Parts: sequence; C-alpha cells; structure tokens
Amino acid sequence: MLASGRSDAAAGARAYRWLALLAAVATFVASLPLWTQFDRTTAHMQFVERHAWIPAFRVEYFLGVDGFSMPLILLTTFLTPLVLIASWESVKLRQAQYFATFLILEGLMIGTFAALDALLFYVFWEAMLIPMFVIIGVWGGERRVYATVKFFLYTFLGSVFMLVALVYLYVRADSYSILDFHALPLSMTEQVWIFLAFLVAFAVIVPMWPVHTLLPDAHVEAPAGGSVILAAILLKMGGYGLLRFSLPVVPDASALLAPMVIGLSLVAIVYIGLVALVQQDMKKLIAYSSVAHMGFVTLGIFLAWAILGRTGDMPGIAMGITGGMVQMISHGFVSGALFFCMGVLYDRLHTRQIAAYGGVVNTMPHFAAFMVLFAMANVGLPGTSGFVGEFLVILASLQASFWYALLAATTLITSAGYTLWMIKRVVFGPVANDGVAGLHDINGREFLVLGLLAASVLALGLWPAPLVEVMSASVDHLVSHILQSKL
Amino acid sequence: MDSTLCIAIVLCPLLASLVAGLGGRLVGRTGAHTVTIAGVAASCVLSLLVLRDQLAPGAEPFNETVYTWLVTDGVRMQVGFLVDHLTALMMVVVTFVSLMVHIYTIGYMHDDPGYQRFFSYISLFTFAMLMLVMANNFMQLFFGWEGVGLVSYLLIGFWYTRPTAIFASLKAFMVNRVGDFGFIIGIAVVLGYTGSLDYQQVFAQAASLQGRQIEIFSGMPWSVATVACLALFVGAMAKSAQMPLHAWLPDSMEGPTPISALIHAATMVTAGVFMVARMSPLFEQSQTALTVVLVIGATTALLTGFIGVVQNDIKRVVAYSTLSQLGYMTTALGASAYAAGIFHLMTHAFFKALLFLAAGSVIVALHHEQDIRKMGGLRRHMPVTYWTSLAGSLALIGFPGFSGFFSKDAIIEAVGLATIPGARYAFVCLMIGVFVTALYSFRMFFLVFHGEERLDEEARHHVHESPWVITLPLVLLAIPSVMIGWPLIGPVLFGGYFDGAILVTGEHDVLGEMGREFHGPGAFLLHGLSGLPLLLSLAGVAVAWYAYLRNPALPDLVRRKAGGVYTLLVNKYYLDDFNEKILMRGAQGVGGLLWRIGDVVLIDGAVVNGSAQAVDWIAARVRRGQTGYLYHYAFAMIIGLAALLGWIVFRGA
Repeated sequence: MLASGRSDAAAGARAYRWLALLAAVATFVASLPLWTQFDRTTAHMQFVERHAWIPAFRVEYFLGVDGFSMPLILLTTFLTPLVLIASWESVKLRQAQYFATFLILEGLMIGTFAALDALLFYVFWEAMLIPMFVIIGVWGGERRVYATVKFFLYTFLGSVFMLVALVYLYVRADSYSILDFHALPLSMTEQVWIFLAFLVAFAVIVPMWPVHTLLPDAHVEAPAGGSVILAAILLKMGGYGLLRFSLPVVPDASALLAPMVIGLSLVAIVYIGLVALVQQDMKKLIAYSSVAHMGFVTLGIFLAWAILGRTGDMPGIAMGITGGMVQMISHGFVSGALFFCMGVLYDRLHTRQIAAYGGVVNTMPHFAAFMVLFAMANVGLPGTSGFVGEFLVILASLQASFWYALLAATTLITSAGYTLWMIKRVVFGPVANDGVAGLHDINGREFLVLGLLAASVLALGLWPAPLVEVMSASVDHLVSHILQSKL
Repeated sequence: MDSTLCIAIVLCPLLASLVAGLGGRLVGRTGAHTVTIAGVAASCVLSLLVLRDQLAPGAEPFNETVYTWLVTDGVRMQVGFLVDHLTALMMVVVTFVSLMVHIYTIGYMHDDPGYQRFFSYISLFTFAMLMLVMANNFMQLFFGWEGVGLVSYLLIGFWYTRPTAIFASLKAFMVNRVGDFGFIIGIAVVLGYTGSLDYQQVFAQAASLQGRQIEIFSGMPWSVATVACLALFVGAMAKSAQMPLHAWLPDSMEGPTPISALIHAATMVTAGVFMVARMSPLFEQSQTALTVVLVIGATTALLTGFIGVVQNDIKRVVAYSTLSQLGYMTTALGASAYAAGIFHLMTHAFFKALLFLAAGSVIVALHHEQDIRKMGGLRRHMPVTYWTSLAGSLALIGFPGFSGFFSKDAIIEAVGLATIPGARYAFVCLMIGVFVTALYSFRMFFLVFHGEERLDEEARHHVHESPWVITLPLVLLAIPSVMIGWPLIGPVLFGGYFDGAILVTGEHDVLGEMGREFHGPGAFLLHGLSGLPLLLSLAGVAVAWYAYLRNPALPDLVRRKAGGVYTLLVNKYYLDDFNEKILMRGAQGVGGLLWRIGDVVLIDGAVVNGSAQAVDWIAARVRRGQTGYLYHYAFAMIIGLAALLGWIVFRGA
C-alpha cells in the first residue's frame, strides 16, 4: 500500500522521468483494488495492516482505510502521475530531485490518510510537510523564501498543538490507536482543549479564515506541480483531520463550538468570495477561490449540531458531511486542473498577471475549451463535480438555518463573478499583445493531463452515486457516533 | 411509450452536438450541419409521436426514473422524465423551433469560421432545454436550467473577439446567477420541508406547506409555500428576464441572430414561465407569491414596451418586444391562468422566432446593417421576408384571427377576471401595453419595409432576397404564427388539456370562469372585435403609420417636447447604470477593502508579520541582558536567590 518509489538521478537520457512515472502509475494501479474490493456495507476499517513498532510506548504501525480515507488515497494516487507528466518539461532545475520529492510526498500523504495509530499519523503528517517546503523553497518563484517560512511556521505551529493533544489522549487511553481515542470518555474541559488544539492544526491546512493567508503566498510561489498537490490533496488533510479526530474524539466539544466553525466557514465563503474578485494574479485568485470552496467542507461537516438543535431530527446531517466529502474530492480535481492551466500559461509567458493576457482563445483554442470547462466546474455548474458538494451542503444548511443557506448560496454569484471575469479577461477578447499572439496550443502531453481531469470532473458531476456509496456506511457510522455524548 | 424514447429524444441532439463540437474538423461544415440537423429532426419527430401518444384517449402521464444520481440521508436524487400534456407541448415547441433555426443557420452563418462550433452549441442547447422541460425532479430541472444558461453564455459570446459580446455574455451569466441563487434556495426550502426533490412527492405535500411556517426574521413567521415560491420565482425572473433582472436580455443581442430567435425569444427565456406553470401546485398555495408574480409581470410588460419604442437597432426592438411579451406570460401566471401563459408562450415562440429570423434575413441582406434608420423600402427587394414579417407583426400585436390574438386576449381577459390583490393594476398595464406593442412593432415594420430607401451605397448594391435556407424557415414559422390560435384555443385553454399537469384551486380559476362563457373560437373572435384591446392596437398601428410614414417630422418634435421622458427611456430607466456603478463596482470595492484592510493590513500585517516583529523586538531586548560579564550574571543570581528566600520566609510567616 505504501509505495513510495525513489528514483535516484539516473544519468543519461533522463530515464529517471520514466522511472518516476512508472512508479507513480504502478502505485495508482496498486491502489485500485482499494476501490474494487472495498466493502461498501461496513464502516469498519478495511485492508488493515497492524504491527508493533515501538512496543514500550505501545506505538504501532497500524494502517487501514474506511469510506473517508479511501477516496482521498485514490485521489492522491490518481493525481501524482498527472503532476509528473505535467512537470515533464517545465522543470529545468534539478529535475531528478524534483520528481523524487513528489514520489516521497505521495508516499507520506498516503500514509497520513491511512494511519490509524496517532503517533504514526503525526510522523507522516510532519514528514509530509517537509517535501512541500522543499518544493516551494527550491523550485518556487521569487518570494519563495518568505512563502516557505510562512508556510512552515503556520503548519508547524498548528501541528505542535496537535501533538500535545495526541500525547494527552495517549496518556488517557493508554494507547495510540485512533480507534481507542474514539471510544475514550472525556470531560467537557478536556474535550474543549483537545478540540482547540486539533482545530488549530487542521484549520491552518484547510485553510480556514482567518488563518488562510499562508495559502495565496504559498500558491503564488510554488511551481505548478506543487500548487496542484497543495490545493488538490494537502488541503484535504485538514478536512480529513476534522472527520477522523475532532468529530469522533471530542463530539461534545464539537457540538459546543460548532457555531464558531460554521461562522468561520460562512465568513470564508462570503468574505473570500469578494476578496477573490479583486485579485490581479491568476494563481492568487484560484488560491482564494480554494479557500472559499473549502469553506463548504467545514460548513458541511459542522452543520450536524445546528440541524439537530433546530429540527431535533437527523435528516440533513449525513447530507452535510457527504457534501463536505464530495466537495473535497471535487475540489481536488477542479483546483488541480485550474492550477495545471495556470502552469500551462506560465510555462509560455512566464507571468501570472491577468492583465498580461487576453484573447488566449485565438491562439490556444483547445486550451481555452479546457479552461472554460474547469472554470464552469469551479463555478459549480450542474453536470460538473463542483456542483455536487455545494448543492448538498446548501440543501443541508437550510435544515439548520435559512440564513446559513442564504449566505452559503452567495457562492453562486461570487464564484461566477471572480472565475468568469478572469476567463473574460484572460481567455476571450481580441489578441491582447505579441506574447499572446505567439502562443502555441497545448501539446499531446498537456492534452492528456487536462483530458483526464476533464473526464473526472464530468464523470463525478454526472454520476456521483458510486462515490457517495463508498462513503455512506462511514458517514452513517460517524453520525450515530457523534450524536452520543462522551460525558 | 417507455423511457428509451425519452432518452433517445434528449440524446440525439447531445450526440450530434458532440460530433460537431469535438469532431468538427473531421466532419467538416457539411458534416456538422447534417449531423446536428438530423439529430434535432429525429428529436422533433419523436416529440411529435410523444404528443400524439399523450393525446390518445386515456393516456397516462409518463413518469420514470432513468438512473439514480446519488442517495444520501434517505433522499434519492434521480435523473428521470416526466412527460404529460404540458411537457409534450413544450417538447414539440422546442424541437420544432430548434429545427427551423438549425436550417436557417446554414444560410446565416455561411461565412463564419466558427460554423461547426455554432451548430454544436445550438444542439447542446436543445439537449439542455429538453432536460429542463422533461425533468421529473428539481435537481434535473436545475441541471437543465443552468445548462441552458451555460449555452446562452457561450453563444452570446460566440464572437469572442468583440469586447461588447464577451461583456454581454458575462453580464447574462451573472444576472442569471443571481436568479439561480434564489432558485437553489427555493429548492432547498422544498427539500427541507417535504423531504424530497421528486415533483410527484413534493406536489402531493404541497397543501401542507401553506400551513407550515418558517421564521426568517424572528417574530415574523412566513408560510413555507410563500418563501419557496418567491425564491423559485427569483430564478424565473432572471431566466425569463422580468424586471429588475431583465437587463441582460437586450444585451444578449450581441450573439448571432439565430440564437436570439431560439434562445432569447422562443425557448430559454420562457423556461421561467414554464417552471412556474409546472410548479402550479406550489404557487396555488400562496396568494402572496401570486400577487408578486402578477405585479412584476405586468410592470415588465409595460415598462419594457416603452423602451422598445425608442430603440433603433432592429434586434433590440424585437428584444424589448420579447421582454414585454414575457411580462404578459408572467402576468397570466400570477392570475392563475397558467394555461393562458403557456398558450401565449407557444404562439409567441413561433411568431417571435419568425420576427427574429426575419430581422436576421434583413441584416444579412444589408450586409450586417442593424440600424432601422438606415433601412426603408425593403418591401420591393425582399418579398418573402416582407410578407412573413407582416404575419409575425400582426400576430404580435394580436390582430384578430392571428395566433397572438387568441393567446393575448385570453390573458387580458383572465387578468380582468382575477380578484387577487394587484389584478386591477396589472389589467391597466396590460391594456396600455397593447397600444405600446402595436406602436413599436409597426414603427419598426414601417421603417424597415416601407417609405423611402435610406440605405447606404454598399447596402444598396448588396440588397437581395435571402436564399431558401433562410426563407424556408420563415415560411414554416409563419404558418403556425397565423394559424394555430383558432384551432387550439378551445382545447388548450378550456378543454381540460392541462388537467393533471397544471393545478388551479377553485377561487383562482379564472380560466374556468371564462370557459363557461366560451362558445368556440368564432365567438371568441367576434367578442374580440368589439373589445378595447383591438381598438388600442389599431390605434398603435395608426400612430406608427402617421408618425413614421405620413409625417416623419413628428417623432423629432415629440422627442424635443418630452426630453426628460425620452432620456429616461433611452437610458433604460438607468438600471444598467445602477447595476454596473453600484452593484458591480460596489462588490469590487468591498472585495478590495476586505483584501487590502482585512488580509493584507490586519491579518498579514498586524498579526502574522506583527508577531514576527514582536519576536524580533523581544529578542533584541533580551539580548542586551546577555552581556558576557561574569559579575552581571552573579549579581542576577544573588537577586534571584534573595527574592526566592524572601518569598519562602514570608510565605512561612
């Protein structure tokens, strides 16, 4: 399951690229049985691997997947080969190391999603951040050092709090198993502190307002491949952490503080939607759009108690959590694709400024078609994956409060505003300058990457049932678990 | 009939669109138009078969699920088809007009480099529109709803190098998104209070919604039915261009003329009207919602008609006329005369598509001249276009016997009989609207086809009747524009055609009341001949004739005398300025402030970089303590020791 192939720089005809791609594709193929042999009727952990690691502290090498982690692992193994293909020619400096870093990163991300031992999870989590710093710090843009330091301080500070919480839970449970944490009774005071510690760690990576400002900087400075992985997978660690730790381990504190998280999510959707409108840098615009879209994830996850408080009933709770999960997967495809598109443009004109483009459709018609498709997915058009999660979360949020639904639904207007206004200025119009006039359309390699992503976006939008089905048992189990008090 | 037939009807245009769009280079121009026309023609024929099946005695509405989109929380969201009399009628209208427009496009887009792309888009549109009208649930309705919006966006911006076109396409999408914002909340309310998105299950519970309440502002409980209907109607307002969400439609004329006919006159813009009629079981539960619908429709019918009088672009005159007619349909819905609204939707689809295509024929003949002040006397050069335009214009103003006469008079009479609040106001608006309609229609007609030729040199050489691919659709559309009113008014409005598809509760049933007085189309016609609407429309034609043919100095005189009113109309009541200067700039301004103040200054500046600087500052201070002199450290230790001992001693004491 853990296949992080490591390709050392093979001299000669750049064979390392093929080696790296082979490793990534093999990992993807190896991960497919997770989907095909997954038992959709149970919320129990599947494909479990459990061995003693540090027996003195009862630390185990304990891996397994359920309906939350399995789709995210597949997302990771699907996107990594695409990132490598996309970086085939665009990276000039230390390309072998670049490819190797991505493979290491992939392995660590899969480990983070699959880990069921808290300490193992923490090790993967911290280790995963290192290749990300390296990717931004070595292959990044001009202000890469500032961005890397900011990214490091934010994520590291967050995870230190998480470590304290995990150690505390270990002391109380006398085990590092996350499943034991789930069953551990805790007082309200303990729960609140643990909740806050987790929230800091996960909010930074989601990222939630107001700790979101690391993301635009990191994205702007990261190379295209780094941006793709950051937006498409790394951010999902935050949402996944909330589902794996915050909700089931400290349900009463989650209930108590849910209004705060919902409030922050709605601020993210409305405030960030407006901020995205005025961005002049394409990558910054997409980064802000990511923050707004991830707001739907945290909103959907935390609606549960607001719904229960208002209707005294369950319907809508599972819909919100399902919506949040679908939104994560969809955002992986859509934001990943948009950052690929930014990379395609940046490779050619070496600028991310919206004003430097205009009329790209005239010289790059195929690219423009993809770009408009992904823009529409970002806007949440039905038939694309972007619609599914937002739709479910908006429907669920009305069960909680009319105003939640109203504020969440403003995304229909703001997302169309910032995305299509950018499309209007970049893609449409007459050829703006000589740079645009000299553009050449995407080649077969780029076509392959964008085409696969487009197919994913449409497939998930037209028929989300299979994805929802693999999650449903885990979602139902989580709902019944969090509604039982641990006090 | 079974679901295979429905699937075939929607998939034919979709597959054709994919072939023309993705394989455009491969199949070439001829290939693209052959395959898309074949696809839409197949759809049209199959739709006619469906209509025939539905009309058979004892035919049941067809309602079947094709596949499950997703299941969550016990809610099954499905893709499926509901075909009843209402749907079947819409299917025939959509596919027939679409087919005419496909054929016409061969001629109109003949020289355009984006030929295949255009055919791909209009076939895709037909697919989305069919999904919209054939849906049996709200999710799929929304899919079609946004799908047609997408294609509309792509087609308005079809000529993507024109700045005005891409601005208009963005504007259309944005305004429609404001509508969708309301629409999705309406859907959420429906799901929240009925637990289903399926039409049948929702409508079965409709009556219970009136009694249930929702507190949006605490202490002000509203009926759930009212909230749901008003939110859904916001969607209809944008899609069907009702004031104040109408501003995108005139600008949409930047797109090629065939799509103005298909999307922005005959089909897509009527989706809102269709949707409200489809939701009649819900709207009947809320008198408040019906009143809002009535008042907005009537206001739109009148105010946009006024603007039509001062427009000089041939397509914009027709566009404002469309707005006004959509207002008539909406007013009919508000008066619970849903069948009359749909009947007008159908007749309007034919005669307005005809008028647009005729306008396009003129535009092509004059080498893309659209200013009616530079036309005139075209009657001699373009006989087919002239006669078909005349038929369309007479239908539009409701000349007795033409299709528009039956549908429009039915609406006016129904609104006159309605008793809900706002009905008197609406009735007056519609009456004045009849005069205005005749005025702008024949102003345009006379300026284009009669009088002296005001063509410029180039156009004069170029002018000729259009080829058969253009005139054939004109003739084929002129036939229903003239004829369908007489035979259909009886069965459609008063014969229970929509029983089961449209629900009207007893006290709202104005059409039922009219039906008791209805003694065949002949009597209806005779009754119309003595009515006020006919006089008003004849007056409108007469004024147009006098002002634009007999005494052309008059309009200038009026313009000078009524300068303020004229400026107001030319500036479209300043609604565009409000949208752009207040709403658009406002959102950008707020976004800019939040970014610069919130993100850059407060979060990054004060908190993030501020804490970094604070660490710096503290470190700098602390560093001074590290002097390196041993006696400093020793001294500090002594002080510390003394303090500690002192604390222990005093605590002990």
